[in-house]
Amino acid sequence: MTKGEGTIRLRPPRNRLDPRAAGWWRTQWLLLTAAPVAVLGLAGAFIAPARTWLLASAAGLAAAGLLCAVLLPLWWFRTHRWEVTDDAVYVRTGFFLQEWRIAPMSRIQTVDTVRGPLEQLFGLATVTVTTASAKGAVRIEGLAHGVAAELAERLTRITQGTPGDAT
Amino acid sequence: MSTAAAEDPGWLRIHPRTVLVTALVTAGVAAGAAVPAVVALSGRFGYPLAIGWALAGAVLLIGGAAAGDYVRWRRTRYRVGAGQFDLRTGLLLAKRRSLARERIRSVDLTAHPLLRVLGLVTVRIGTGEHTGGESTLELDPVSRAEGERLRRELLDRTAVEAPGTHREGELAALDPRWIRYAPVSFVAPMLGGAAVGGVLQISEWAGAQGEVIAWVTDRFRDTPLLWTITALAVVALAAGIVGALGLWVEMWWNYRLEREPGGTLRVRRGLFTSRSLSVEERRLRGVDLVEPLGVRLFGAARVDAITTGLAKDEQAQGADHDTLLPVVPRPLADTIAAEVLREPAAPTGAPLTAHPRSARGRRLRRALAAVLLPVLAMALLGALLTPVLLWTALVCAVVFLPLAVLSAVDAYRSLGHTVSGDYLVTRSGSLRRSTAALQRTGVIGWTVKQSRFQRRAGLLSVTATTAAGGGAYTAYDTDASEGLAFAAEAVPGLMEPFLERS
Repeated sequence: MTKGEGTIRLRPPRNRLDPRAAGWWRTQWLLLTAAPVAVLGLAGAFIAPARTWLLASAAGLAAAGLLCAVLLPLWWFRTHRWEVTDDAVYVRTGFFLQEWRIAPMSRIQTVDTVRGPLEQLFGLATVTVTTASAKGAVRIEGLAHGVAAELAERLTRITQGTPGDAT
Repeated sequence: MSTAAAEDPGWLRIHPRTVLVTALVTAGVAAGAAVPAVVALSGRFGYPLAIGWALAGAVLLIGGAAAGDYVRWRRTRYRVGAGQFDLRTGLLLAKRRSLARERIRSVDLTAHPLLRVLGLVTVRIGTGEHTGGESTLELDPVSRAEGERLRRELLDRTAVEAPGTHREGELAALDPRWIRYAPVSFVAPMLGGAAVGGVLQISEWAGAQGEVIAWVTDRFRDTPLLWTITALAVVALAAGIVGALGLWVEMWWNYRLEREPGGTLRVRRGLFTSRSLSVEERRLRGVDLVEPLGVRLFGAARVDAITTGLAKDEQAQGADHDTLLPVVPRPLADTIAAEVLREPAAPTGAPLTAHPRSARGRRLRRALAAVLLPVLAMALLGALLTPVLLWTALVCAVVFLPLAVLSAVDAYRSLGHTVSGDYLVTRSGSLRRSTAALQRTGVIGWTVKQSRFQRRAGLLSVTATTAAGGGAYTAYDTDASEGLAFAAEAVPGLMEPFLERS
């Protein structure tokens, strides 16, 4: 340890996501599981010799998908946080593999707001902030439309005021 | 020489000999295609007619290619303006592209043997934009003198002399003794395998694969199997080593690393295909000292540049494109790295902070799992089906377990990071150990990752993202507190507001 003082931790970012994000994630999981389960189920209904195996794997898959759909959004909603200060964008994601990303305002190149079809239904949007690094993009998923628009506008305003080509 | 275009002053043409080059290259291709075609056709038409047809086809092909290239030559113009570089191309669709001159970051000159004989070079001008594919302009070809002129003119900046006493001119030149590291690179076994594959493939084309295999089996009729395999492996490896030596000579002949006035680093090398790579020092964000395992065992290393805006197109010869120094003894690599960075001592040679013991445990567990899971699966199948698999599992376990443990321990010992002067240094890897020294001002963000397992072991991985080189340099499995302190120290102020100290 170089400093020789106590422990250092990253504090959680200040803001939570919109509560509707949990519902959005849940729907995504359900849709993701529904497709292969349906295929397996149909195959099981028509192919008599392999029926037991097909239906069993369909059931297993459905159970796993349901479990994910119930648990993961709960956990994610607790861990996913974001914060924008005057100097940086700070995001925490992930439950099993936790990830903190920091991008300084002075290095931001683009600010994108995306609303997927499913996100539209839940009134949510994703803000993606990219820097000149191919691996440095910061995504904030599951923001309410209004919050996302305001955030993008604020980020654009701050970054425009910063000179340089951000490399 | 390039002639000024009639209509517009300042617009230049590429070299007219391009038509000749295209015709010759096409002739080569046509000759390659004609031989099998004649063989195939002679069966039906007899030789004279077959040769006639092949000749006619070749003439048509060569004529067409030359005509096409002539039109391309007519339609291609370029101009070095005060503020930008313009290129007009296009056969049917006129295409006009401009590059702002201050955004030009590299000018590469390459010449394959044919171009060299004709005194021509291909110029590739790069802006190094990551977005989109059209980040490089190519002039194919211009005369060598014109290429040199373009390179000097396009990279000529009002020289901002950096402080420090570092010399200009030649920083490193080829030492033929460096060739001793060529056989221990990964290229040798790969080329050996390729040689065996090539022999089999060609014999198959000739319809003689069976005979080749029979001939080889014949040679080894009285030898035990193990010796046969060993002998064949040795032969393949010998072929690979010869190939690696040849490749090394082709790639690194005439190698010179120079610093030119105006702050540009220039690498020149190549026996048949001569290559010239120029990197502006203001785009240089650091260096990467790379030690592949074989090379590292002999105490050697190579130096790559970490720079924004190296031409990243598919034609560039991939891995070696950003190499500043071939594999040389480690102390020399450190010296040259320091020279390139204008530092008194190389940050890549700085003593590094070791990572906690638990990082070694993680590597050992991962290595054991990677070996034992397949072995257990094999043993299970063996117990159910056939005892042969049981023996295979046993042999695999005996051979691969020590290797896995060794490589895990080595990977742990490679881990390290530190802040040294203006640079942050991270090191990792066993098969390819990489010590990256990245300018602290070149860091444009942080990513910290921690899995559940890492959390339990009190570890995390800290990644500095950058616009240059690989885009991200990671210190894997640092102590949780110490890694964050390292990041906070490397770039003051960026991570600090988000830290809690207790």
